[in-house]
Amino acid sequence: MAGTNTRLLASADELAGLVPDGARVAVFKDNGIPMEIARALVRRGARDLHLVTVPTSGMFADLLIGAGCVAAIETAGVSLGEFGPAHNFVRAVKSGAVAIRDSTCPAVYAGLQASEKGIPFMPLRGLIGSDLLESRPDYAVIDNPFGTDDPVVAIPAIRPDIAVVHVPLADRFGNLWIGRAAELKILAHASALTLATAEEIVDENILEDERLAAACLPRHYVRALAPAPNGAWPMDMPGRYAADAEHLKAYASLSRTAEGMAGYLRDIAGAPEAAE
Amino acid sequence: MSLQDAAETAACRTEEIMIDAIAQLLEGCGHIAVGVLSPIPGSAALLTRSRSGARVSIIGSDHPDFRTDGGVDLFDSAGQGRIDAFFLSGGQIDGAANINLTGLGDYPQMDVRWSGAFGSAYLYFLVPRVILFRAEHTRRIFVPKVDFISAPGTSPPNVYRPGGPYALVTSLCVMRFLKETGRFRLQSLHPGVTLEEVRDNTGFDFDARETPAVTPLPDRSTLSLIRGVVARDIAGPYPEFAKSVLGYMPA
Repeated sequence: MAGTNTRLLASADELAGLVPDGARVAVFKDNGIPMEIARALVRRGARDLHLVTVPTSGMFADLLIGAGCVAAIETAGVSLGEFGPAHNFVRAVKSGAVAIRDSTCPAVYAGLQASEKGIPFMPLRGLIGSDLLESRPDYAVIDNPFGTDDPVVAIPAIRPDIAVVHVPLADRFGNLWIGRAAELKILAHASALTLATAEEIVDENILEDERLAAACLPRHYVRALAPAPNGAWPMDMPGRYAADAEHLKAYASLSRTAEGMAGYLRDIAGAPEAAE
Repeated sequence: MSLQDAAETAACRTEEIMIDAIAQLLEGCGHIAVGVLSPIPGSAALLTRSRSGARVSIIGSDHPDFRTDGGVDLFDSAGQGRIDAFFLSGGQIDGAANINLTGLGDYPQMDVRWSGAFGSAYLYFLVPRVILFRAEHTRRIFVPKVDFISAPGTSPPNVYRPGGPYALVTSLCVMRFLKETGRFRLQSLHPGVTLEEVRDNTGFDFDARETPAVTPLPDRSTLSLIRGVVARDIAGPYPEFAKSVLGYMPA
């Protein structure tokens, strides 16, 4: 990775071309949800993605599932929040079209933190006695080596192939200003590479500004960057624009049926004809 | 009760009774955290804050006073014992305080699938006072045994568990959970609710005195706090709730 310059691309569609079918893709739950990348993946007709939601997701995961892009999902929860259940997620899990790996929020973070540090697992409290733990044969209950009879759960490292992020500001060198979305650092550190869209890309190196530098993800994590004004729409971009509540309401309603969803994908996301 | 008090009481909503009841359970807490989809507990936390100055963290809030220091912070704080109270709900809750946020039927291709466990399988173990809340009090929710344990109510003695279920607040009553017995005990019935009604609508057995106490109605000063400062602050994360339930009108 060292010495590799960030590629500046023209659009989210070009970025989506760098996401191979079958890739394990991680996405953060808010503070700049890369919705334009999601739509570009739908347009590209991506298939068999393994989504890792950090630690939960809403419309990002639901849209990709509805477009048939997803084979498996690791998540602590998928919902449209105040707009109700994520219908595509629910349909796909019930039918078995998408394999579910249920998790709990801090376990997703723990797995990513293990990957950040290059260690095989991270211990985590909680979970013992739950059916959630039973459903995860990849989790192990181990003895605290420094205690007596103190069981603790080992969460294996989660190593996504690609982290996708959307940020308010970036520079032409590929440095990303992530603001208070510090979780994006965990995401980028834990993933093999990061693909980013930005509301705005400036010429000056943002790492040279001390006030911005503390909340930056440096470019050596960022494989490629593309501009995407309003790239979080219809979700919000803190400090820039609010969520489009009317649109989210309409999505929640249309996505109730497979037919309504097909129409949404065709009309809004620009899905290819064959997508169901 | 004066005539004026009686008139105000008549105009008091069930949500406001629940908010006040939860706030009573939060007494003495220094740091209260509020998760997603929790407008009633959030309001109760803010009511406690307005009285005692407790720190309130609301997940998803953009308000500088209520922000967490990022998503990991909440879980790390809970792990260290920095959070005194949290709230959980469930699609199913049973008499051993096991909660199900995952779905109904056989896992994984369940007959009914909900959103998922979120932070419950961790926070239920670590936060000392976890208050379960569910406005709907029916046998659909309160079952003999949950279909899927997203987070267990109790743990064997060797499992590290400084936290767990403390109470359950519904539209009918307040119950306390006793770790020693592993069972719920009815603490109070909301005004006009009978013990028989609660038993009829609860699928599990619980302990109760023959003549249970009645949940006190929020007094005038409490109601004015709920409809004033609490409504204003809960309108940040929950604008619709603040408007339609607490009558909040932004200036």
